[in-house]
Amino acid sequence: MEKLKYERPVIRKMNTGLMNKFGSRIENEPVTQIDGIPVSSLIKKFGSPLFVISEKQLRSNIQNASRIFKTRYPKVQFAWSYKTNYLNAICRIFHQEGSWAEVVSGFEYQKALENNVPGNKIIFNGPDKSEDDLLIASRNNSLIHIDHLDELLTLIDLSDKHKLRPRVAVRINMDTGIYPKWDRFGFNLENGQASNAIARIMNDKNLQLVGLHCHIGTFILTPSAYSVAATKLCELARDVKVKYGRSIEYLDLGGGFPSTNKLKGIYMPGSDTVPSMDQFADAITNTLLGFGFRQDELPLLVLETGRALIDDAGFLLGTVLTNKRLSDGRRAIILDIGVNILFTSLWYDHKISPAQDSVQITEDMVLYGPLCMNIDMIRESVNMPVMEKGDQLVVHKVGAYNMTQWMQFITYRPNVVLIDTESNSHIIRKAENLNTLHSMEQLPEHLKNSGLK
Amino acid sequence: MKLKKNVATSEAGFVFNPGTGDSFSVNQTGAEIISLLKENRSPEEVINLISSKFDAEQIQIEKDLDDFVSQLYIYNLLENQD
Repeated sequence: MEKLKYERPVIRKMNTGLMNKFGSRIENEPVTQIDGIPVSSLIKKFGSPLFVISEKQLRSNIQNASRIFKTRYPKVQFAWSYKTNYLNAICRIFHQEGSWAEVVSGFEYQKALENNVPGNKIIFNGPDKSEDDLLIASRNNSLIHIDHLDELLTLIDLSDKHKLRPRVAVRINMDTGIYPKWDRFGFNLENGQASNAIARIMNDKNLQLVGLHCHIGTFILTPSAYSVAATKLCELARDVKVKYGRSIEYLDLGGGFPSTNKLKGIYMPGSDTVPSMDQFADAITNTLLGFGFRQDELPLLVLETGRALIDDAGFLLGTVLTNKRLSDGRRAIILDIGVNILFTSLWYDHKISPAQDSVQITEDMVLYGPLCMNIDMIRESVNMPVMEKGDQLVVHKVGAYNMTQWMQFITYRPNVVLIDTESNSHIIRKAENLNTLHSMEQLPEHLKNSGLK
Repeated sequence: MKLKKNVATSEAGFVFNPGTGDSFSVNQTGAEIISLLKENRSPEEVINLISSKFDAEQIQIEKDLDDFVSQLYIYNLLENQD
């Protein structure tokens, strides 16, 4: 007798009451390939878990953003935010597309130089610049964005001692009507700190004030906040012109544009809630064009967009280790992807897709990572097809911050692979192994040759 | 691992627990397992009988049975639970 087709036994409780007006949200469409390469082949060749970055998507993102801004405003310059993802291959793709470098530490500054970025196209932000950093940046004619008064006084002192003429901008923090108000970086506009810093610079014989900078926050969902910020920077630039007769060369609106990831606590997917790049461009460029600058004195608009240009170009592939039933009846799936490499799972509900065709029966489940830690949870509740040991999956929109904020903890950090525009795959950062970690450790003499007898 | 005596089941996959008033639907495999549990079959017997009828590895059935029974427990459908 021919056997019947087997289907996993399922029991569902029947509920009465109103239906969810949004319908049940399911994420079960399989994603079996990335830029033409099967997920299974990538995992077989490079291991699991595995970060994959699509060069095609990266280039498309920066080209699209450039087009959106440059069709609205004549002078636009993007600067790649190194901290978002500073793998050299990624930085070089952005530099090839014309982006300058935006760095926030001596380490990132050195990386930019090694990526062949001319010194005068490096923007140096951040509160932690050593005297050596300031000297190198000054000598390279980089754009130094001064964050606090101590830094300003140090730079005045150094430029006097070393006969340098650093090109500087002042970082301004301000009230743009959004919460939280970022006021820990730079000089406050409303209480007069910013004007005082500008006066100090203008009264110095060496420092050249060339720009004004602000970075109003992160994952900003309100384009009008950028309009407020741009207006305030324009007013400040006009004040500088009136008071000191100096034209400000550029206004740097910083970063903060969101990606289409879904923040925790927001019900609708990011694609439905996040304003488009066009809306941000309208808010900023309409303000600049409408402010009343003379045509020949229109400032260069600098943008340090990071997350919005790379998040959707990054994927994290992983494998199911096991699935189990929790004591409260919920399904739990254990993955080989932990929060130590998927840092952004702390604030996003990442979209996760199975990487193979699966049964259509879905369940609410919790997705855990492999770490022996209770906090290691990738999704608290997601409706997906039940996956078995060995099944593969794809975590979407992981390009920003994960490959810089990840930590080596319990397991090694995995390979990062770039798929180029012709669908060839390249390792751009090798997976760690025991030697990687041991190469940084040293044993005191009395502990060498010791062990448990 | 025995179904409560008063739980009503149908071949079509309808399960009713008069103790709680809850209703459930089960698929064909689930209905088959529930009817075997009502007969007081041991787990080994359930696995053997399901594997003789359906096209699946015994190890797969064992894993799924383990999971299914834990759901029956959560739904308060097993004997000696109260």
